[in-house]
Amino acid sequence: MIPRPKPERFRLRRTMIFMSAQKPGLIKDAYIYGVDSIMLDLEDAVAENQKDAARFSLYHALKTIDYGDTEVIVRINGLDTPHWQEDIRVCVAGGADGIRIAKCESAQDVHTVEEHVLAAEREFGVEEGRTLLMAALESPKGILNAYEICAASDRMFGVAISGGDYRKCMQTKPTPDGIDMVVGRGMMLIAARAAGVQCFDTVFTNLNDEEGYRAEVLQNKAMGFDGKSLINPKQIRLVHEIFAPTEKEIVYAEKIVRAYREQSAAGVGVFTVDGKMIDIAFIPGAERTLKLARACGLYEGDLV
Amino acid sequence: MKNAVGREIPDYLLVNGKEVYQGKNYMDGKYLQKAAPKTRRFEKPQESKIVATIADALRQCGCKDGCTFSFHHHLRNGDYVANMVVKAAVEELGVKDIVVAATSLGSAHDVIADYIEQGIVVGVQTSGIRGRIGDVVSAGKLKTPAIIRSHGGRPRAIEAGEVHIDIAVVAAPTSDCVGNCRGIGGKHNCGSLGYAMTDAKYADHVIVVTDDLVDFPNMPASVEAIDVDAVVVVDCIGDPKKIASAAARISQNPRDLMMAEDVARVIAATPYFKEGFSFQTGVGGPSLAANLFLEKYMDERGIKMGWAIGGICGPMVELLKKGKVGKVIDVQDFDLESVNSINQTPNHFEMSASQYANPANKGAFVNKLDFVVLAALEIDTGFNVNVLTGSDGVLRGAPGGHPDTAAGSKCCIIVTPLTRGRMATVCEHVVTVTTPGDCVDVLVTDYGIAVNPLRPDLIECLDNAGIKHVTIEELKEKAYSLVGRPDDLEWEDKVVAVLEARDGTILDVVRKIKPYTVDED
Repeated sequence: MIPRPKPERFRLRRTMIFMSAQKPGLIKDAYIYGVDSIMLDLEDAVAENQKDAARFSLYHALKTIDYGDTEVIVRINGLDTPHWQEDIRVCVAGGADGIRIAKCESAQDVHTVEEHVLAAEREFGVEEGRTLLMAALESPKGILNAYEICAASDRMFGVAISGGDYRKCMQTKPTPDGIDMVVGRGMMLIAARAAGVQCFDTVFTNLNDEEGYRAEVLQNKAMGFDGKSLINPKQIRLVHEIFAPTEKEIVYAEKIVRAYREQSAAGVGVFTVDGKMIDIAFIPGAERTLKLARACGLYEGDLV
Repeated sequence: MKNAVGREIPDYLLVNGKEVYQGKNYMDGKYLQKAAPKTRRFEKPQESKIVATIADALRQCGCKDGCTFSFHHHLRNGDYVANMVVKAAVEELGVKDIVVAATSLGSAHDVIADYIEQGIVVGVQTSGIRGRIGDVVSAGKLKTPAIIRSHGGRPRAIEAGEVHIDIAVVAAPTSDCVGNCRGIGGKHNCGSLGYAMTDAKYADHVIVVTDDLVDFPNMPASVEAIDVDAVVVVDCIGDPKKIASAAARISQNPRDLMMAEDVARVIAATPYFKEGFSFQTGVGGPSLAANLFLEKYMDERGIKMGWAIGGICGPMVELLKKGKVGKVIDVQDFDLESVNSINQTPNHFEMSASQYANPANKGAFVNKLDFVVLAALEIDTGFNVNVLTGSDGVLRGAPGGHPDTAAGSKCCIIVTPLTRGRMATVCEHVVTVTTPGDCVDVLVTDYGIAVNPLRPDLIECLDNAGIKHVTIEELKEKAYSLVGRPDDLEWEDKVVAVLEARDGTILDVVRKIKPYTVDED
């Protein structure tokens, strides 16, 4: 049994990689690739008649493998299936860090899952409130209800859009510039920020289209996503590269935070750094840049 | 007597000047008396050296009891020729006490395993031993211990007269009527004939076996008619499917790719990665994939590779054709792309095994090598590598050019997954030392990178580049924590194979394995 530390609701989640919970060879050491979160899948990657076997494999993985700092989330089956309740029990019993609710469409869906999670925590003697939640928005209804979903529970750390189902509903297909999903992504981002949770983009499925993948990750970063779902370890490095702050950004953020601390100690609220006006509104952003830089191994200072 | 890698070498093997391994470059500067072959004069003009059958050729070359044959392995697992020749010697000439000195032996040579069991083949000298031959030798059925040498150690031993070849057999994709051979232009091409070159020069007799007789002169010849006694034309020299694969594909396995990328990062972090650097890599998953990532770093820095050597396959030929590597020189070709390129693509050359890797000559390519990327069956905390014996102690591998390139290169990188099934690749003690740890510089695994403490300069390079690394002990512990610590193998006293270091000293021995019994309680 590998005891895992209590999951952190807000941590670095640039990359979340899907892996079928049914494949021991894959999940036994998925942490070696340096991904932030592993998403062990009980849903689409597992055939209908293998759900039970996948749960066993998942449970034993959670109980015997030391995933270290890598977060372990489980995607459970949808609430319209006969599987999700048993999925929740196995996640909680095994000590997963969090659960991804598939096809989430309302705050009620979150509440329903939360109830069962709590019951399972009590059943297996797991600290109440330990198991985190995130929601996958896969339909127009899910997008329209994004805010109430994000704000539905203290366990909620984020939302992700799921491109396959969403595009199907919207009768679109992937476009090079992402116009097909720009509204859905945007609405979800606004809701997530309003509710104070994280926001993740969908997977990019064409592994051979390196250029298209880069363009999408660049757009993700520009739109303000916290991270991206992945299907293959070879996609990890690019996200980490693109999401890492540049040296210029780090130096500037450092200046802002340092200047703010000095100026506010002297009773000054507004000041300039490199000719630009700075006030308290810039501080959280600058601090976030430094934290991200630290997580990426690019900042070793003591300001954050 | 214990040698420099801590292996106990029985004293009875240390005769006729044989020494135990003393460390890298121990023989440097010493003199070597080369052994010349005794060859027959072909003074009278002759139309052709073609003889009807292999048996006729063997008779003409004076094949008799105790004969030492040499074979080369360019036809790989598709080779028909070694079996044909040994079979003819045994079945048609009734020859006994045969010694097979091959550049490698594998699953294509099960017939020879039968002759070992029957006591007809009494000696084996090779750079690779796989398939049933490995099993029967490990079972102690060969009369004398097999001698395992590297690709460079073999021509050294031949030139020094430590192995004297009575009859060298060249399996030639094309030959003319007097024995000028090439590895291309025929029905079953293999590209380079580099391993056969030294053998042909030092053998008393040379028989060429081909299935594609071409017009005289077959030029430029890899093995020249001046060394050839007889030419035999057969229906087929090998199975084309097993001679060269269609194209060596770069692995898509994410684990391989991750390790390959780390290999390239390590290379790019060293001072040797500069315009004109030289490189060799293997054809295994992560080794081959290193090409891909290395190209990215080369583009980024705006530099080109000066030259590449080795066994060669498609991805390196691609780099050559793109102008990203200056010259490719090889002893062997692994896929059709390289087979069709050698001596055809400008700057793609052939070389002999001696020119490639022989530690006793004056200009082996390996000695000018900056980087080599190699695989391992096992590597221990002393950085000693085993590429010969399985975790069950049975012979099933090939030192090949591994020890030569490791010793010659400025930076030798071993790339291997930390575990294979239930086996820890990084371990306390390798079963057999085939490449000594003093020649190995960096280990790249899927669980982390370790640098040989003998190379503080490389440790500094990695630190400066921000490449994380751990000690090899940590990797070993991680491996054991994942798959458990195996019991020690149990051996009988009998030595079944002697592993020579490339310089001719004894690096290790392989003993007969004790049959495994399950404890009843």
